[in-house]
Amino acid sequence: MSSVVINELSLNFGNVEVLKSLNLDVAEGEFLVLLGPSGCGKSTLLNCIAGLLDVSAGQVIINGINVTWEEPKDRGIGMVFQSYALYPQMTVEKNLSFGLRVAGLPRKEIRDRVDRAAEILQIGALLKRKPGALSGGQRQRVAIGRALVRDVDVFLFDEPLSNLDAKLRTDLRVELKRLHQRLGNTMIYVTHDQIEALTLADRIAIMKDGLIQQLDTPLGIYNRPENRFVAGFIGSPGMNFMQGLLECSDDQWQFSTEGLTMSLQDYQFTREPVQGTPVEFGIRPEHILIGDNAASQPIQSVIDIELIEPMGADTVVWSKLGGSSFTLRVDSEAVLSKDQSLPVGFSAARASIFSSADGLRV
Amino acid sequence: MLEAGPHGTKPRRIVSPHNIMLYGFLIVAALYWLLPLYVMVVTSLKGMPEIRLGNIFAPPVEVTFAPWAKAWDSACTGLYCEGLKVGFWNSIRILVPSVVISIVIASVNGYALSFWRFKGSEVFFTILIFGAFIPYQVLIYPLVIILRELGLFSTLGGVILVHTIFGMPILTLLFRNYFASVPVELFKAARVDGAGFWRIFFQIMLPMSLPIFVVAIILQVTGIWNDFLFGVIYAGTRNFPMTVQLNNIVNSTQGVKEYNVNMAATLLTGALPLIVYFISGKLFVRGIAAGAVKG
Repeated sequence: MSSVVINELSLNFGNVEVLKSLNLDVAEGEFLVLLGPSGCGKSTLLNCIAGLLDVSAGQVIINGINVTWEEPKDRGIGMVFQSYALYPQMTVEKNLSFGLRVAGLPRKEIRDRVDRAAEILQIGALLKRKPGALSGGQRQRVAIGRALVRDVDVFLFDEPLSNLDAKLRTDLRVELKRLHQRLGNTMIYVTHDQIEALTLADRIAIMKDGLIQQLDTPLGIYNRPENRFVAGFIGSPGMNFMQGLLECSDDQWQFSTEGLTMSLQDYQFTREPVQGTPVEFGIRPEHILIGDNAASQPIQSVIDIELIEPMGADTVVWSKLGGSSFTLRVDSEAVLSKDQSLPVGFSAARASIFSSADGLRV
Repeated sequence: MLEAGPHGTKPRRIVSPHNIMLYGFLIVAALYWLLPLYVMVVTSLKGMPEIRLGNIFAPPVEVTFAPWAKAWDSACTGLYCEGLKVGFWNSIRILVPSVVISIVIASVNGYALSFWRFKGSEVFFTILIFGAFIPYQVLIYPLVIILRELGLFSTLGGVILVHTIFGMPILTLLFRNYFASVPVELFKAARVDGAGFWRIFFQIMLPMSLPIFVVAIILQVTGIWNDFLFGVIYAGTRNFPMTVQLNNIVNSTQGVKEYNVNMAATLLTGALPLIVYFISGKLFVRGIAAGAVKG
């Protein structure tokens, strides 16, 4: 059963279309991540689901009930914000129980729910403190607790980890995933951090300009991006692109760019290829092999190393191939030096090809 | 092992050309502004014979509090000789409701204008702010007519209404800017928690806006207490505030000019704003600064 359904949702601020007739279907218990660059409308979409923004057109349905015109509190959602948004003059306990007191629940019920949330999030020792006396990680935990006590089906997260330092972010990310596994609630999570998206999500919706570009599992998005934008957005360092043409010789499809022809024998076409189409050939840095492994690959070439970036676990090598910038990710054990010639090899099976005309996968 | 030469905290010279210049200027400036106050205090403690000697800077030989007692209790303000105490209580009766009403309305205004944007709220705010730039002398006569039609002319209610109206633009601006510095996510979180307009105002926003309330109270208390014009025009003879009565005492020209009584009366009238500044100076600066840094 679907937990959250968005039907043809549009939102305009004056003449600016922020969301354009957007459709989305989130399954019950699913962890959905909305990912995109700044200004793509992902936070706006979350605010529309929460009822904090009035939509211009379309519907929001949560748990089978049309809540398009409902107040946020009546939608069965809990929300966690980037800046924690804890009430500064209230203790942690009062922060957690505020919504319940507003709803007029009996005291015992309130205490039980607060205790349960405090136990789940391990903030029992902090209940009497004020938010100002908490660290960033503790504050965010309290903020999650405030959503938790509401006993709702859908959790909305608006970049909850962006204000934390890198180490804490990694820790809390794992905790969030555990929390999701333990509670089994539907969670919709907005972020601009692709690592967060890839690690947390059951499915990722990549957004740009108020539209969902692709909605798929993390691996699906990573391995088979549907268009040029998604391919370039996911992955760091980004996918290598080469401009060229699709050509057919002896019943074999080939990609040709300046001074280079690559066999597309292993490539699975999504659409029927057309002779002479201008396309972009994309291959991820981590799918390029060097040394002995390169020799066994169907496509081979030699590059001149321009720059070496050791990153600890692996090393990123910058170079040029076919007139475009070309990066590859190699084992940090590999002995490399600047200006060295390096034989590389890769397979079209792991590549993505996009039409230059509309940017869609070929 | 430390090498020879500078180490640790850099020593600061207390007597340096820079400090001499700085403190010299500050002391001169302080003297310049304190001298009139000194003359007033000294004069108010002298008897008339001593004043006639003309040494205005000399401290009193015989200290007397009679001028203070007379100023408070029996100085003549026009026809009545009941001193300033009547005006003092009139001022209090004008001040308290005006301050309370104007701040209550302005804080709700500012809150609504920052968080509950409605169609035309920007226009409404602009018009309100525009009100702050209209010289109020222009509005005096129209207000006289309006108050007369409302039956409020020459009443306590009338002058309170006028003070409330004239305090509105600047106070609303003050509160709106303060609330604009409150993260909007806090407001959103409260809405998700189910709180409505008033609950968010009273339980979330009010507890965190003490500094700006202090600023508003100081502005209004000093402003309304020091007001002369509205008091003399709208309050009516029976409700004249302290400032108006002070003027009547000082400017009534029967017989000898009692400088000591006049000085005492002036000091009494100025006492309340002075006390407010002394007590709340620190809070005032903090409130203004809080708004300035975050807004």
